[in-house]
Amino acid sequence: MHSTDNETATAAPVHKAHGNRVVLNRQLAQMLKGGVIMDVTTPEQARIAEAAGACAVMALERIPADIRAAGGVSRMSDPSMIKGIQEAVSIPVMAKCRIGHFVEAQVLEAIEIDYIDESEVLSPADDVYHIDKTRFAVPFVCGARDLGEALRRIAEGATMIRTKGEPGTGDVVQAVRHMRRMQAEMRAIASMRDDELFEEAKRLQVPYDLVRHVHEHGALPVVNFAAGGVATPADAALMMQLGAEGVFVGSGIFKSGDPARRAAAIVQAVANYDDAQLIADLSEDLGEAMVGVNEQEIALLMAERGK
Amino acid sequence: MDTPARQTAIENVRAKAGSDRSSIAAACGQRATVRKRKPNVAVLAVQGAFVEHERRLEQLGCDCTELRHGADLARPFDGLVLPGGESTAQAKLLRDLGMLEPLRTRIASGMPTLGTCAGLILLAERVTADVSTPSLAGSMQDGTASEAAAEGSMTRGAFGTMPITVRRNAYGRQLGSFRTLAPFGDEGEPPCVVAMTFIRAPRIESVRDGTRTLAVVDDVPVAVQAGNQIGCAFHPELEDSNVVYERFLALVEGVRTAD
Repeated sequence: MHSTDNETATAAPVHKAHGNRVVLNRQLAQMLKGGVIMDVTTPEQARIAEAAGACAVMALERIPADIRAAGGVSRMSDPSMIKGIQEAVSIPVMAKCRIGHFVEAQVLEAIEIDYIDESEVLSPADDVYHIDKTRFAVPFVCGARDLGEALRRIAEGATMIRTKGEPGTGDVVQAVRHMRRMQAEMRAIASMRDDELFEEAKRLQVPYDLVRHVHEHGALPVVNFAAGGVATPADAALMMQLGAEGVFVGSGIFKSGDPARRAAAIVQAVANYDDAQLIADLSEDLGEAMVGVNEQEIALLMAERGK
Repeated sequence: MDTPARQTAIENVRAKAGSDRSSIAAACGQRATVRKRKPNVAVLAVQGAFVEHERRLEQLGCDCTELRHGADLARPFDGLVLPGGESTAQAKLLRDLGMLEPLRTRIASGMPTLGTCAGLILLAERVTADVSTPSLAGSMQDGTASEAAAEGSMTRGAFGTMPITVRRNAYGRQLGSFRTLAPFGDEGEPPCVVAMTFIRAPRIESVRDGTRTLAVVDDVPVAVQAGNQIGCAFHPELEDSNVVYERFLALVEGVRTAD
């Protein structure tokens, strides 16, 4: 039994996903809960993140703030760079592919990435279709601004959801907006009559079964993290109090003055998001936060990519 | 890939677990009314799948206390659960939040403790580095390569209270995660087959000093008990069976009775 599963895993897993993998992949996300996933660009940064208590790292060539500054087309990272990070740490390693670019996803699966982020941070490769994630054995996390986007991604096979926020800005306003919207929509569905769910599925443009799940559980069928613009321990705790089950921090750590210290402080703030006294202590003398740009000041809204 | 026969077997286990659960909950409830106080189980709640454990323990008639920082240790509890998650993150938070030493003292002095996956790594006396590539995993079959790798990177688990050696991520990355069925229990007990889910799981490489093996998958121990400590490489909180919890709660009951 065990060996059969292992054969599936090691011998060309592409296009061999089956029911069990979806469950296993959702369960890996459960193990990440209450944790912080940090963007890293080098093995050295990955080691700093792991030592600071990150529950996973996102390997990418440029963090979102630099992608934003550089402009042009941004793509999946060089596999050799990702492998370097896989060898440097023992925690799960995630990597991004472009929206709709299923070959980049196949490449990431071939190098045994632990989680693929089909991400709006990179330039979309397809302006209509997302990746059919049900055809992969590796898990996918996807961004969402509202419940409709979240459930569409889950229908496509995503086993973890994060808010889109606005990456690379250090401005948490969009992540807050997206998390509040998702939570409010779930509360509304939880309080609906059964016969109203059909219309709601039509309105959200999502499968009825997923609306039914939200109605019965008051929650997504997968783990839901916050991402995009988190820069301080208080930002991270804010997202947790708004209902996030964990936090992605992208540019906020390695664009700040003292990354190791800030990373450790954010990890503790997520574990104790209700403890204002502790968050006050954690917020002291953290050095320079990332500079940040307001959403009104930016030309490119990454959150508008991939609906 | 599941065969129909295996599916049926899994469903039978699930059905049995489902019917057992209500009777056990009722039994625990009865005990609680007699004793006035339900067993109180502390669950390490700094990172990982701790809510899943709490739900199961509450269904079985326990009160749960979340351990998030040092001050929480002042609250009374009869047993301790160390959940799945990332052991490096959990170990760092245990240290930073002032819980590591006080909990180690309690575990070492007999506090009933259940560690699952990352929790098992925290308990292990010796932890060897993970295997990051399939080629390395293959070479581990070769004894010399395995020993050489083990010699180079041996550390102590955060608590280090259980006389076992585990290897982190020894089953590979997420593509190596799997679910299977195997008997669980002491030798001589009637075998009880339970479903086990392994997610980027640690492998128990050796057990010492009277540590008992409770379950084996592919000739490798996956559940062990040393005194009042139980460690599982798999995730009982993700399955319907109560067998692992029953064993843990029996230890909790034993300590409460002794008090």
